[in-house]
Amino acid sequence: MKKKVVLIITLCLFSIFIQAQNVDALVEKVKQKMNQVNDYSVDAKMKTNVAFIKAPIGKVKIYFKKPDQLKLFREKGISILPKGGVSVNFFSVLNTKNISIIDAGTTVVNGSNTRIVKLLPLTENSDIIISTLYIDEKELLIRKSSTTTRENGSFEMEMFYGDLINLGLPNKMIFSFNVKDYKMPKGVTLDIDDDLSKEEKKKFQNKKGKIEFTYSNYIINKGIPDNIF
Amino acid sequence: MYTLFKIELYKIFKRPRTYIAFIAITALIGIIQLGLKVDGKEYISFVLGDLSNTLQINGNLCNGYFVCYCILQLLLIHVPLLIALIAADMISGEANMGTLRLLLSKPISRTEVVLAKFFAASVYTILLLVWLAFLALFISIFIFGTDDIFLIKNNYAVQIAANDIMWRYAGAFVFAALAMLTVTALAFFLSVFSENSIGPIVTTISIIIFFTIFSTMSIPLFNKIKPFLFTTHMVAWKEFFDLKVDVNNISITGSIYRPDKIINSVVVLLIHIITLVSLSIYALKKKDILS
Repeated sequence: MKKKVVLIITLCLFSIFIQAQNVDALVEKVKQKMNQVNDYSVDAKMKTNVAFIKAPIGKVKIYFKKPDQLKLFREKGISILPKGGVSVNFFSVLNTKNISIIDAGTTVVNGSNTRIVKLLPLTENSDIIISTLYIDEKELLIRKSSTTTRENGSFEMEMFYGDLINLGLPNKMIFSFNVKDYKMPKGVTLDIDDDLSKEEKKKFQNKKGKIEFTYSNYIINKGIPDNIF
Repeated sequence: MYTLFKIELYKIFKRPRTYIAFIAITALIGIIQLGLKVDGKEYISFVLGDLSNTLQINGNLCNGYFVCYCILQLLLIHVPLLIALIAADMISGEANMGTLRLLLSKPISRTEVVLAKFFAASVYTILLLVWLAFLALFISIFIFGTDDIFLIKNNYAVQIAANDIMWRYAGAFVFAALAMLTVTALAFFLSVFSENSIGPIVTTISIIIFFTIFSTMSIPLFNKIKPFLFTTHMVAWKEFFDLKVDVNNISITGSIYRPDKIINSVVVLLIHIITLVSLSIYALKKKDILS
């Protein structure tokens, strides 16, 4: 009887060990795929969908350089972005050295089978508390991620790929985040009228914000000077 | 009547009092522009308030368009007081000097006198507004540059693309002209009943203050009379700076969120102007000139 128990425990531990090795290997493969890109610049159309903000489509240019340099320039007009969020990118998350990787099962994201991988930075001063990646094992792509940060709350990113699928660069990304309560005193706005219906007011109180980036004109591995960042 | 109109214009622009309003507007706008040039960033962070805790808003927020909007918000409440200085003096001033009797003894109808004087006062009002537009918009653009405008409303914020703003200002200034002409008509109407200009000037200012308080306070009892007060409609120029959004909450360039509100306010203000000028004609026709 004792032998059987020991055998079962050993098998379980072995299976966990194998699974952990599998997920480590998966993350490593994704990392290798993404590491083909040393730098890129890309034009992006930015659709801001925050309930209480009426904004037009904006144009931005994004620069990235390994390991974690990311800069977003507005080409025209005012840009509205979630504080801190957009600067977090997979390159920096995946390339963090002191990180614990946990397999959390599988799920389907936008029609693709994905493995749920939780990344826990072990360094105390890391801004990221936990990041969950939904990895397409077949294509070695991150289809979705969910990240909780120390300073800037939680946010989700959904990626949609096109012709640069082999480099793991999306042609569209939807960035979702939470926004805090928003109410301006009349003294500031100097608006006398407040004749919105209850339904309209309720609509403006939705606390989920989305920003959709549609990328075009990627320029990859052509070198980007440091002074841009 | 055209000759009479030219004479009235000459009388207006001959008086030093006329230029007080132009000087006052220049000084006020200059002070606002100086303040925003020096401490614009602080003002913007104050205006954004809680919004900057969650969102990062990049760009030249304190640009000429935004500064002009701030100036209009502040000044369009006070410009009526400056308009009253001239419009309320149009008939009462003549009565005070004893020239009204002389004027009305000429072979011109009283209707023509009233209309010529009202049109002359309207020219003054519009010139004042043109001066305000020049300083508030064009000088601000020169000092602060241009970018999208980001405005904070009571329940939401609006971003309007830079290439979608100018026509809105054109609309807003035309609307403001109508609002100010209502004040001109009111002051002018009151001037018919007085023998000196102090009375109608003070009465016009009092009415504006009184009605503005009514329009501002959200008390159910006052809400019933608000739609009939011209002060409620005078601020509808702001509707030019609000947009419709599509199903994805993306603002539609070139749209106005509530155009019906602008149309409604235009109608109410026009009714006020026509009624007040008609009543002025009627009152002067019936008036015994004893001065």
